[in-house]
Amino acid sequence: MTGQALYAVLGCALFCLAFHALVVAAHPLRRLLAVNVMGSSVFLVLVAGAAPGDPLPQALVITGIVVAVAATALGLNLLLRLAVPADDDPADGQGGS
Amino acid sequence: MKRLASAALAVMLAGLAVVLAWTVTRPVAPGRDVPALIAGSLDASGVSHPVTAVLLNFRGYDTLLELVVLLIALAGVRCLAPLPPPRGSAPVGGVLRELASLLLPVLVLVAVYLLWAGATRPGGAFQGGALLAAAGILALLAGRDRFLWRLEHLLWPLAGLGVAVFLAVAAGTLSAGGVLLGLPPAHAGTLILVIEGFALLSIAVTLVALFLGTGELEDREP
Repeated sequence: MTGQALYAVLGCALFCLAFHALVVAAHPLRRLLAVNVMGSSVFLVLVAGAAPGDPLPQALVITGIVVAVAATALGLNLLLRLAVPADDDPADGQGGS
Repeated sequence: MKRLASAALAVMLAGLAVVLAWTVTRPVAPGRDVPALIAGSLDASGVSHPVTAVLLNFRGYDTLLELVVLLIALAGVRCLAPLPPPRGSAPVGGVLRELASLLLPVLVLVAVYLLWAGATRPGGAFQGGALLAAAGILALLAGRDRFLWRLEHLLWPLAGLGVAVFLAVAAGTLSAGGVLLGLPPAHAGTLILVIEGFALLSIAVTLVALFLGTGELEDREP
């Protein structure tokens, strides 16, 4: 097995591990992290499965990383919103420091 | 029952892993030789680095829509009701403050260099934008947040600038008789640099705003 194929297989294992964490974990932060690891494993498979020096998968993975960062940021902000108890809410957004 | 379910899940996922591993190690059916195609048309792309050529020229749609995704994520975050500000944050130490004042100019310089280097070697708008956003976040953490009130007023214009310039270039190539985002080889290098420059600014602003999260911009004193 070549090194590249090994990385692709590792990506598959990582995907299934992260999927397991996504199903089993109860805390939303762990689930978000699991989705992140799943995404990274797909990037790993994409890059490792490509022909050596093929720029197309690299460009796709760069695009994917940026999208993953944006989705994670949105997810984290939603999580923070969920974590704040309702009675702690500033009623009209005037909770300034 | 629960133990049985988790065991069944583990077995199913192990099976999935085996199937996936078998799939990715199978030889790929011979198709078009994409690396050779890219290398063959690299001269017409305006840059000499193949990844940048793919990102900004051959697959410009991807990059344009990626910038739109960043905007949509920012809109989603800004739509949330503002959180109460964090309590009891420690005062900024002198070491962090001094380190930030040393590092910030270097970070900005390296971000611009990455943008410039993207034409010939690994680099480009996303790498530079991420670095510039890191500089902004470092400045925030070190208490140098005077740029925040400016960011607050200009958040959407700055964040949308990258998409706007990209769309303007696309409309220009379309109206000049070409195809949408089909950059003319004679001006492709300049156009890519212009697109990337504005995209870098938008990416950095969007990432800093995503880091700040919900409504923090309004909450801070200028």
